[in-house]
Amino acid sequence: MTQPAIVVLGNGQAGFQVAASLRDGGYDGEIVVLGDESHLPYHRPPLSKAYLLGSVEDAGLAMRPTAYYAEKRIDMRTNSRAKAIDRARKVVSLEDGSEIEYSHLVFAVGARNRPLPVPGADLGGVYFLRTLDEAHALRQRINTAKKVAVIGAGFIGLEFAAAANHSGAKVTVIDVLDRPMARALSPQMASIYTREHTKRGVDLLFNTQVAKLNGVNGQVQSVETTDGRVIEAELVVIGIGVIPNSEIAEAAGLEVRNGIVVNEHLLTSDPNISAIGDVAAHPNPFADGNYVRIESIQNASDQARAVAARLTGKAVAPYGAAPWFWSDQADLKLQIAGLTTGFDKIVLRGDPEGTSCAMYLFLGERLLGVETINRPGDHMTARRLLATRVTVTAEQAADESFDLKQLVQPAKA
Amino acid sequence: MPKITFVEPSGKQVEVDAPAGITLLQAAINNNIQGIVGECGGACQCATCHVYIEAPWTDTLPAVGDMEDAMLESTAADRLPTSRLGCEVEISSAMEGLVVHLPSKQF
Repeated sequence: MTQPAIVVLGNGQAGFQVAASLRDGGYDGEIVVLGDESHLPYHRPPLSKAYLLGSVEDAGLAMRPTAYYAEKRIDMRTNSRAKAIDRARKVVSLEDGSEIEYSHLVFAVGARNRPLPVPGADLGGVYFLRTLDEAHALRQRINTAKKVAVIGAGFIGLEFAAAANHSGAKVTVIDVLDRPMARALSPQMASIYTREHTKRGVDLLFNTQVAKLNGVNGQVQSVETTDGRVIEAELVVIGIGVIPNSEIAEAAGLEVRNGIVVNEHLLTSDPNISAIGDVAAHPNPFADGNYVRIESIQNASDQARAVAARLTGKAVAPYGAAPWFWSDQADLKLQIAGLTTGFDKIVLRGDPEGTSCAMYLFLGERLLGVETINRPGDHMTARRLLATRVTVTAEQAADESFDLKQLVQPAKA
Repeated sequence: MPKITFVEPSGKQVEVDAPAGITLLQAAINNNIQGIVGECGGACQCATCHVYIEAPWTDTLPAVGDMEDAMLESTAADRLPTSRLGCEVEISSAMEGLVVHLPSKQF
């Protein structure tokens, strides 16, 4: 008797990886992956960077060629969306009315763009940037747009702003908070980004809220702020964060609290259901065991591999991969290792007046993480320092002549 | 279109026609070559498109950049003098006959 399939909801980074790792890990049964876009799995990071500027084409975004899925016997379905799950019957019902029985279900459904709740947000010329279709539309417009407004100074907003600025547009970035990437970066590193984007010609408006978008004939013409400023723009990109797609899980009675709640093995309260990637609120040792939802390639991939290892019967430790992030804005390579919320001390390497430095963020005696700009060596060492839980002192971090690499075991024995 | 030979970890050799302008990583992925991952999508962030370039090409390819050099320090398989990241090597018409070996592991 054959077992029902392992069914994966979502075909982004996490959904693709769990399917691939299940097969690589020796799982021989059926694998069904449902994606609601019309594309096979593709890489999202280039969408807001190289793809916009034309240095990567659509074909270069595919995670694998079409033939891969047949070869690996992965039933990778596009334009396919789950409507509900029945945990008692272990069945997923799809929007097209069909049903799929599962032996194990993996939520890898990700998150969606947070809408901007102001009048005019639905005008033509107003875009989000998360999917290939959205990036494709923006790519058509970025070269001709003269005036661009970006609402939200997060990674996506600033990556787009840098690309549009590079393409010759006059770019204004608007954010309600007092600095760029406020959720992710120390104020000290953020101030470098304010300075560098400004130097490159981007206007940054902080502590500024959008009241409405004005348009003519259904096309956006300007962004109006609550303090009465009007910023002309024929192209507007909204990047104000995401909302986890946890509704189906919640409707099925699974615990949802800023994402689908999972334990240290990425299992929900139902032993037949896991959740991974952007949608999974998991206890993370780099957040002192607090529940966090991390939106990153690293998190999606490592959680996918962890779940695949568990489902293929390998001994698995509690999930605890060291988090890392990156953002390419103009010629500035930002890399972050660790989760740095709550730091109380910064130790600097390099020159913060230039565009190459590292900030080591401590809470008391403990290194929480490292932010670097154009210092990839420090970043890679930081990943290993965090992964191996080696103690680093502020004095060592402060001493440029001290090679922090010597503190970690060589990567290979 | 230069012909490039990939040697998979199993020893299997696969010759592909690779258009100039794409990267070694893209050429490998497009042809379903085993032993390469490219998890970050070719952004030089994950060191999972590690390859070994066979002589005499090792010395004639464009030099390793700072970012690539830092990432190569963290490859799963040993870094050798012939090591490169596939995402950082753009194929040119001069690379006719290039031979690229895939390492035993990328994680």
